[in-house]
Amino acid sequence: MENQSCVKIINEWDIVAARQLGRNVAKDLGFGTVDQARITTAISELARNIYLYAGQGQVCIEKIYDGGKAGLQILAADSGPGISDLRQVMEDGYSTSGGLGAGLPGVKRLMDEFVIDSEPGKGTDIKATKWLR
Amino acid sequence: MRSPRIPILKLHNCLLVSIQWELDDKTALQFQEDLLNKIHVTSANGVVIDLTSIDFIDSFIAKVLGDVIDMSKLMGAKVVITGIQPAVAITLIELGIGLNDVLTAIDLEKGLEKLQQELGE
Repeated sequence: MENQSCVKIINEWDIVAARQLGRNVAKDLGFGTVDQARITTAISELARNIYLYAGQGQVCIEKIYDGGKAGLQILAADSGPGISDLRQVMEDGYSTSGGLGAGLPGVKRLMDEFVIDSEPGKGTDIKATKWLR
Repeated sequence: MRSPRIPILKLHNCLLVSIQWELDDKTALQFQEDLLNKIHVTSANGVVIDLTSIDFIDSFIAKVLGDVIDMSKLMGAKVVITGIQPAVAITLIELGIGLNDVLTAIDLEKGLEKLQQELGE
């Protein structure tokens, strides 16, 4: 699909590649500097979570259109250990890595929509969307 | 792939750092070590880190920065962060990172002034 580009997350450099891809797509769609920073930061956090907790996975950036509006969707997917208590990870201040990597609540605040789907032992899928205003 | 190291300049009793490109994890950690070594070698008691060219900071970079400020303090050097862009301030707070108790100034000039005040010189 031409509207979607993906970066495989295997090492730390892939985190940089994922956020650069995201920033380019955000610029291309016409997002302002603040939203570009929000999107870049959100991608960096999600990619780092994959690297830290799942070892590997992928981050896809997609341009989406709904009626008259355009947006950018981040899809972060891994086949890692998954999250057993979703409510807990969505609480501010919860961390198993001593403050490295992201608070998911922070990512949720940076984006307009945030959906997380995770199954212990199977992996985690996160979909986060920012709409162009 | 390897990023160049971040230059650290000495000016009287202060160290000046201007971060000019997007930080990857390794560069950020290397910077932490380089800055502490430079403080040790020069006996600098103040540091200004200018972030004017940085257009986003994620939680990892924020943690490295916060840590290096605390580490510098342990060694007896005060750090002022300057030039945080509006977009960076907004995303850091939304992300839930306040960088509390960190000395900041709008630009390098004000940062150096603030440092001199803090150092009582």
